[in-house]
Amino acid sequence: MKAKIGAFPYSSGMEALRCYAFIIPAVVIFGIFYIYPFFEIFNLSLRDWNGIDLHKTYVGFDNFRELFHDRIWGQSLLNAGFITFIALTLQNMLALALALACDRDIRAKNFYRVVFFIPPILSEVVVGFIWRWILNAGSQNGEYYGLLNYALSKLGFQNLAHNWLSNPDSALICIALVHSWKGFGWGFLMLLAGLQTVDKQLYEAARVDGAGSWSAFKNITLPLMMPVIWVVMILTVLGSMQVFVLILSMVGQGLVYHTEVPVTRILSAMTGTNRFGYACAMGVTFGAILVGVSVAFRALAGKMKPA
Amino acid sequence: MAKLNGNWNYYQWADCGKGFGIHSFLLIVALTCLFPLFWMVRSSLMSMDTIFADTALIPARLHFANYVQAWVDGHFGIYFINSVIYTASVVSGIVFIASLAAYAFSRLRFPGRNFFFYVFVLAMMIPLPGSFVPLYVMMNKLGLVNTRFGYILCMINLGLSMSILLLKTFFDKMLPDLEDAARLDGCGRLGIWWYVALPLARPAIAVIVIFNALNVWNEYILAQLLLNDPSLMPLQRGIMLFQGVYSVNYPVLMAGLTISVIPILLVYLLMQKHIVKGLSSGAIVG
Repeated sequence: MKAKIGAFPYSSGMEALRCYAFIIPAVVIFGIFYIYPFFEIFNLSLRDWNGIDLHKTYVGFDNFRELFHDRIWGQSLLNAGFITFIALTLQNMLALALALACDRDIRAKNFYRVVFFIPPILSEVVVGFIWRWILNAGSQNGEYYGLLNYALSKLGFQNLAHNWLSNPDSALICIALVHSWKGFGWGFLMLLAGLQTVDKQLYEAARVDGAGSWSAFKNITLPLMMPVIWVVMILTVLGSMQVFVLILSMVGQGLVYHTEVPVTRILSAMTGTNRFGYACAMGVTFGAILVGVSVAFRALAGKMKPA
Repeated sequence: MAKLNGNWNYYQWADCGKGFGIHSFLLIVALTCLFPLFWMVRSSLMSMDTIFADTALIPARLHFANYVQAWVDGHFGIYFINSVIYTASVVSGIVFIASLAAYAFSRLRFPGRNFFFYVFVLAMMIPLPGSFVPLYVMMNKLGLVNTRFGYILCMINLGLSMSILLLKTFFDKMLPDLEDAARLDGCGRLGIWWYVALPLARPAIAVIVIFNALNVWNEYILAQLLLNDPSLMPLQRGIMLFQGVYSVNYPVLMAGLTISVIPILLVYLLMQKHIVKGLSSGAIVG
């Protein structure tokens, strides 16, 4: 324990109390605003409660049973899964490609690094509205006025122009793409930081041994980068499954069934139908799913570690 | 950045022609990052009459009145000031509370130290997406709904775990010599924290400040649940409200978005090297 060297020895109870004073503000806030809701959500998930009545009827696992047969809930999980799938593949592949492209002596490297991280620092509300405006598809005199549709018709693809965000088929895809647009800069920076720790002499050695760039990538870069890649993947899954502000700002509540994700379900169970117990049951179930997924990812990551 | 002389060899396609390909790839992606922002600013300078008809990249007549309209009629002035208040108080609260706790976890010895520390760490690892439901119920009971104080406390709590963890790792690496010297000079624990630990931790604190500031500025869900009074709303919440009232007034909406983006963009450009640092340390932690 390094800390011992500079640590105060505590001899009496008074001394220990003085030490506790340091952590009390943090512990109190954390206890009230995190720990209490953490346990309360399990309690509420077993009750039928409209948020106002004094009495919260205990209903056992009824909420969970109902949730199991809730088709919109199932659909919302699938929707979030779709967004996550796009983020895992497209977004992370793009992030890796950009990181590889930037991991060298090139000009304007810092410029790229700064620019790629602009979308991640914007709020989901802002990103949602900007893209809603670009994808917007109201029409005047039979002509679409959204920028994307305008560009499509100028390029001669008039027949592709349509209502991107109110069409059930394209709305979710648009959301997933915008989500990836907002997120790739994250993965890019983390992967680039990882790449820069790879010893360049390894590449030199591989080249002397006659390895091509693909085999250098496969045999040196990828294995050494796997830990970082796993972290990026886990963070992508956790972030993408819980996306919802972007959906609120891009399509609002317009397309209920098609763009519903678990968190919007929780929100509407709570504020829409005032079923607080049911909302908590959703939260608990969804939390368990997320924990399960991230444990599975971590296990996979451990298994794939080179022995 | 070390000079990577051998680097162009490893990717054999990094010769002149391939370099061109790489740059065009990077440039195209950079453009897709910047263009929506440009489009936002551009649309914010048009009037309702021209926004649907005029397709020029830069409109002929710039309509700055939208900003006045957003600031005054759209109440973005109020939202903006609220966001500044929330961001400043939450960030200073987090720095103060987290650095005290992190210092104790790193340097002081008391029973239950590890237990409390692991509670904070563990909390960061367990996602609980619906926890805003019981949180809202509790805030209601405490009478903290629709108060600045309640929202600020909730936001401080959101940033605590990560900040404590980051600061503790920093304090752990700090040499104890200075603290020992301060103690010999008669400094107490609190004095050492204030005069020695905090000033030394400035780089880590910069990372905490910028990440939490981004987080508070961009926060939406708690603002929606906890604040119904427009005079208390921060920007993100205000934008949503505005959009509901003036449903399709895109020029003014875009002006409002621009107002909300400018501060965060400025802070980011000024502090971007701390962000890179924070992310890479976050990667190690994660």
